[in-house]
Amino acid sequence: MNDALLKVENLSCGYGKDLILHDITFRVSPGELLGIIGPNGCGKTTLLRVISRVLKPDRGKIFIEGQNIDKMRHKEIAQKIAVVSQTLESTSMTVQEYVLLGRIPHYRKYQFLETGDDDAITQEYLGLTGALRLKETRMCELSGGERQLASIARALTQEPTLLLLDEPTAHLDITHQVRILELVKRLNQEFGLTVVMVLHDLNLASEYSSRLLLLNKGSIHKIGTPEEVVTYRTIEDVYETVVFVDKNPLSGKPCIFLATEEDIKRADRNRTGPV
Amino acid sequence: MMDKKMGRWLVLLSIVGALLCGICIISLCVGAAGIPIKRMLHIMLEGKGSGEYSILFDIRLPRIVLGFAVGGSLSLAGAILQGVFRNPLVEPYTLGISGGASLGVCMNIVFRWYDAIGVIAFPLSGFLGAILVILFVYRISMRTGALKTQGMLLTGVMISFISSSLVMLIMAVSRSEEDLHNIVFWIMGSLDEPNMLLIKVAVVGALAGLIVSYFFCLDLNALALGEEEAIHLGIDVEKTKRILFIIASVLTGLSVSVAGIIGFVGLIIPHFMRMFTGPDHRILLVTVFLAGASFLILCDTLARIVIDPFELPVGVITGIIGGGVFVYALSKRQVTL
Repeated sequence: MNDALLKVENLSCGYGKDLILHDITFRVSPGELLGIIGPNGCGKTTLLRVISRVLKPDRGKIFIEGQNIDKMRHKEIAQKIAVVSQTLESTSMTVQEYVLLGRIPHYRKYQFLETGDDDAITQEYLGLTGALRLKETRMCELSGGERQLASIARALTQEPTLLLLDEPTAHLDITHQVRILELVKRLNQEFGLTVVMVLHDLNLASEYSSRLLLLNKGSIHKIGTPEEVVTYRTIEDVYETVVFVDKNPLSGKPCIFLATEEDIKRADRNRTGPV
Repeated sequence: MMDKKMGRWLVLLSIVGALLCGICIISLCVGAAGIPIKRMLHIMLEGKGSGEYSILFDIRLPRIVLGFAVGGSLSLAGAILQGVFRNPLVEPYTLGISGGASLGVCMNIVFRWYDAIGVIAFPLSGFLGAILVILFVYRISMRTGALKTQGMLLTGVMISFISSSLVMLIMAVSRSEEDLHNIVFWIMGSLDEPNMLLIKVAVVGALAGLIVSYFFCLDLNALALGEEEAIHLGIDVEKTKRILFIIASVLTGLSVSVAGIIGFVGLIIPHFMRMFTGPDHRILLVTVFLAGASFLILCDTLARIVIDPFELPVGVITGIIGGGVFVYALSKRQVTL
């Protein structure tokens, strides 16, 4: 694991005096797809924000390709790390103009205009993400799924070595959830792009991630393969919810089923038999 | 794609440039003493020493040059601040800069600083008032090393109210009718500035502001997506915000101190031009500057001729025409940042 693309060491971070993350240490290898899961408020988004240097850590270090990001300029970080955020301000620029902004980190000093190469790269990633048909549409006129595709195209146009996605499937229907995550999987498997993504849906996280990092109350509860992390015990411990874990019959990956109070009572009755 | 975009930008620049030239020529020709365009070249070449030459070069041209600097500066400051704050209602005066300048000039008039240091005391006190307010708002809005833009906006609005109240207090307790007249005249704004040095300072400041702010046009484009997105695109957001805020403040402070309070220009021109250029600051900053200059020169020309031989305050014309045209345009087309 010495050749880790991303190395997070003893990271503690928060807002003001309140620490959200405590002593986080993990590594991400090149070509890996790491899913970050955990309950609301456990620090998933904060972790992505500190990796992309929106927040400064209170303690600890983050290395990207061996370089300490604290010693890198914003532009250098943006050449290596691209982020697809949960939210995006409404803007009247077209999808093509928006995606082209991804080339900014690669502009030379005093370069104001894009080159032919920048245009070509933009068109390439618009095509790859399926957003080419939307290129003349204004960003403020897009649906949630279309906006997410454009955001991913913009992030890819940065030509990063690490792609961070913060809940890329939030507020999307299952068609768009699968479309977005299939795209992420393709980028990871066909193009070797290293991906770290925060997901709320445990089944999607289990299905698409090569490893999972389970956060709880700002600390790492468990990190490992989906089979190691998505067990009824870890999920019940962290989420304080009773679940039934089985295997997806198609992929063989663990998937969870929620148990309602009615289900639990019925299961108890079946176990003890009728009185 | 770039060629197509450049072509469109060149057309836009040509139109706005031609509009500016046309308005400047009209402004030179019309007034209490009408001078036909045909005679202008003759007066320029051979009319030195004549009354018409003096009207053209000593009265009208300085006003046009000052209109160019002040109109350009206020519009540019408006475009920058709307970009930094991502708020379409922000204009140079929202942050209390004009309030500070007004208070400075009122104090100069009441305490008669101009008796001690001459007429330069008017713009100087206005500029100092503006700068003091900027520093105050800036200081309050800094939290843990970061400039909080929304807090800054609220602070600016409050400082503006406090400054206006203090100006009214000074006017209420002022016993001299002459002082009152001077304060009201200055607050209404005018491009009638007899001091050539101040006009030159305003022009140099405006052009320097345009050049320096242009280096941040891509940063402003990225900021349109939000501060966090701009950081993801490699922008040093805190540094950019500070520099752009200083540029906008100096541009506004210079304009207010030389020409008084001229409202609406910094609010409506960036919006109006965005309808034609879109949100790209690479073309927006330049066209906004030229359009603001054209608009203010046009308004000043109208202010001179509407109730000839009297002159209206130029702020009245910018408010009526600017506001009216803008509301009409807004009803025809949706405007977003």
